[in-house]
Order: sequence, then C-alpha cells, then structure tokens
Amino acid sequence: MKEILEILEKDARTTPEEIAKMLKKSVNSVKTAIKKLEKSGVILKYKTVINKELVKDDKRNVRALIEVKLTPQRGYGFDHIAERIYRFSEVVSCYLLSGSYDLLLVVEGKDIQEVSSFVSERLSTLDNVRGTVTHFLLKKYKEDGDILKRADRDKRIAISF
Amino acid sequence: MEISRKVEQMPPSGIRKFFDLVIGMKDVISLGVGEPDFSTPWNICESGIFSIEEGYTSYTSNKGLYELRSDISNYIRRRYGVNYDTEKEILVTTGVSEGLDLALRAIINPGDKVLIPDPSYVSYYPVTFLAGGRPVFIKTKKTDFKLTPDLIDRHMSKGVKAVVLNYPANPTGVSYTKKELAELSGAFIKHKLIVISDEVYGELTYDFEHTPLVTLKGMKDRTLYFDGFSKTFAMTGWRVGFCCGPEKIISAMTKVHQYTMLCAPIMGQIAGIEALKNNTKRHVMEMKREYKRRREFIIPRLNAIGLKCSMPEGAFYAFPSIEKTGMDSCEFAEGLLKKEKVAVIPGTAFGSEGKGRIRISYASNMPDLKEAGLRLERFLRKNAQK
Repeated sequence: MKEILEILEKDARTTPEEIAKMLKKSVNSVKTAIKKLEKSGVILKYKTVINKELVKDDKRNVRALIEVKLTPQRGYGFDHIAERIYRFSEVVSCYLLSGSYDLLLVVEGKDIQEVSSFVSERLSTLDNVRGTVTHFLLKKYKEDGDILKRADRDKRIAISF
Repeated sequence: MEISRKVEQMPPSGIRKFFDLVIGMKDVISLGVGEPDFSTPWNICESGIFSIEEGYTSYTSNKGLYELRSDISNYIRRRYGVNYDTEKEILVTTGVSEGLDLALRAIINPGDKVLIPDPSYVSYYPVTFLAGGRPVFIKTKKTDFKLTPDLIDRHMSKGVKAVVLNYPANPTGVSYTKKELAELSGAFIKHKLIVISDEVYGELTYDFEHTPLVTLKGMKDRTLYFDGFSKTFAMTGWRVGFCCGPEKIISAMTKVHQYTMLCAPIMGQIAGIEALKNNTKRHVMEMKREYKRRREFIIPRLNAIGLKCSMPEGAFYAFPSIEKTGMDSCEFAEGLLKKEKVAVIPGTAFGSEGKGRIRISYASNMPDLKEAGLRLERFLRKNAQK
C-alpha cells in the first residue's frame, strides 16, 4: 500500500500494470489496492503539477498568503467559520495554525486588485474575522516537494564502469 | 620519449573507441553509467558547503578525520556487530578505488599471485599488475558468475596470496548469501588467503540482508573490508571510501597513502560524517526501494524480448546474454548505440567471460528505462538473427 502511494505520488501516470511489475504483485491486486485507496479517500484525485509562472496568459496569476485572526464559535471551534472561508473559489489552500493567528490562506486572483477586494469585501467583513494580514507572493521556488524548474540535465558522464 | 615498460604492457581498455563514440553522440539514453542517477542527499551537500564556508580547506590526518573514522567504526558496529579500532584498523581513502590500489601495493611481493573473478570490475587486474602481482583469473560463467570453494581449490598454486571478492558485483549484480559466504570462507582459511572484499554495493542488496565477509568466523583477521560513500549515499564525485582491516595491513596501506594521496579531500570527509548520521537513512532507503522497483521492471522486460537475464541480487546492473542475437558484445553495443541511441557496455570490458553479454545499468529514471526497453525491442526485431 505504502509503496504504491510512493510510486503514484512521484508519477500518477504509472499504470497498474507497471506498478504490478515493479512490486512483483498481480495486476489485479494492485488495481484492488488502488480502488481501496481511492474509496477510502487516501487518494483524493490525480492532477498535474503546473509551473504557472510559465503560463503566459494565465488569468489567475496573483497569489497572496493571508493570515486571518478569528473568534472561535461555541460548539464549532474554528471549523464552521473556516468552511465559510475555504468555500470561496479564490481560496486555494486553507490551514488552521497554532501561534499568533488562526488561519493561513492561499488566495488566488487575476491581479492585485482582485485579491485586495476579496480580502476587504468578502473576507474581512465576515462576522468572526477579527483581522487579516496580506502577503503577496513574489516567486515560488518549491511547492509540495516539487522544485519549480525544469529537471536538471543528467550531469554524469555518459559511460563509466 | 620512452614510457615505463610496465605501463606499456598494461592492456589498453578494450572499448576506448566505443567510449569515444558514446561521448560524441547527442540525445543518447545511457544505460552505461556506473554510478547512481540520484544527486547526493541535500543534508550531505549542505554540510560539505558549510565546511568550505567555515574554512575547512586543509589536509586532514593521513588516516582521515578522527571523527569520521570513529563514526565509521560505530556504523559498522551498530549495523553488523563488528568492532574496528578507530585508531589502528580504519583508513579513509579517496574512494574505494584508491583503497584497492593501496591494498595490493601493501601486500604483494613481485610474482605473488592474486585470484580475480572473471568477469569483474575493471580495476582489479591493473592494480594487481602495477603492484607487481600476477593476476590469476577464475572463470565464473559456469557457476552463475559466483566464486565457489571448488573454484578456489582448483585455482590454488604456489604463490597465490590473495583473492578479490566483490559482492554485490559489478558488472553482474550477483551477490552471496551468508551460507555461501560461510562455505567460501572455509576455502579462504584453508588456503590462508588474504581477502580483498569490495563491498561498496553492500547496502544495495535486495533479496536478503548483506553479510559483510568479516562477520564470518575466522575472516576478520585475513580480510580487507572495503566500503565507501559513493553508491550508498550517491556520493561518487566526493571521492571518499574506507578500508577496515588488520592493523598491520592498514598501517602498511597508510604508509603508501601518505606519500601518494596524503589524505582524502576534507570536504568529502566532512560530508561523509553527515552521511553516516541517522537522518540520512530515509534517503538511502528511498533510493534502494527505487532501484529495486526498476530491477523488477527491467529484468522481466529483458527476458520478454529475448535477452536472457537472471535476477541480480544487488547493485544496479543487469548482465543479460545476447548470444542468441548472433552478434558479439561489441557489435551489439555499437549497433544499439548507432541505430537506437542506447548505450550499454559490452560484457567483454569486464573480462573474457563477459563474452556474449552486455552490462545494463538501471541507475536511470523510469521513463528512460521504459523508452530504452522499446528501443531495445525494436533493435532486436530488426537486427537479431532469426
């Protein structure tokens, strides 16, 4: 199970047949295992890692990290208000943190104005939001374990003993 | 100008021409590389960089940094339960390659014979020859590329002083189980041989636990145990290896080392200290799992397209037979390179017993291995004898 995840996490396009060969298992058992992982939600979905900085006419090109201070709600803690926030399509990621603020959001928009107006009109106006600090993102170097530049060419000499 | 007769007598590398051909070609998928395709884990690189920033740019003691030797000693004790004295029984070398040269120079008198498996890694013969020894090849094709007690017995003659053992082996990927090693060590002891045990691929053993020869009864006193950082930690370019052995031989090797190499590069040694720390283990295990998966992928693939190949137990090499194609090793490698731009090494580069074989390195990423598989298949379809 764990090794199937390791393989798929590196390359989601690896086929069950290939995984079966690599792990010396039957194709069926690999397919069953993957189904099970999908069903139980361990595998949420398969997607492509895109280096958006290279996409010329990307409509959503500005990202900001936003610290949000909240007033927790009786009976719900932060979950309820967090849901109110993360359901906005502008919110790409949402984390609850320990420390001097409560939520960390990654918000995406087509330009600075769009992100700013999201923060001032939609986010700050929510009842339980006590304050926000917005950091616009200047450059991404690495995301979720992937370094955002093209793989280096092989530096080894082509042939050696 | 005349050069030394000895160097002149050294046989040239049989495949120099092929090497030049590969180097001169573009867009080749090379399965001819004898080193990991991973970069050194970053924590190791980072400590190397830091060492330079901190001004560690000097010589070290001849034997290597005390801290590194002590860590090596602890590592071997923890991992295999064998004790080596940090002061007297460990020498840090500039890669295992240097260590092998030192070992032969330290133990060989003119004319002493050294048993060398055929096929085997390319440097055993030349370093024996340069040290004034007489290489005695043991053909191993019939025994699935393994040395056996019987083979040792049959190659004994007056003047045989040492034997080279390499497992998991380059180029065959063959390794030995503990039981096989126990049988072999019986023969080594019987014939009072010094064993040069090159175990640089030891951590890359897939089907059973690697057993260092020195863990077997009676072997520690007669074995030079070689390991290094190159393969385990993907550190080939750092040039750091080590040799553990009896005080007398280590001290003799140090004597030569102090005049020829002086010491291994200090940055590499400091990086080596980081490599042996526990937090690197995760990286080593990850690389090992990846090699194993590639092995499970590539070996059945080779067999399926008609290149008979047994399952290598370690390292990252496959050594399939190409006899059925009607081509010899060099023709095959050259044809494959020119027609399909895939580089492999002719088996004969590793000795006459490599005839009819090629060495394929699976230290390449999966997409390249898949593509190379397709090209190999096409090459065989078009060029192999029916």
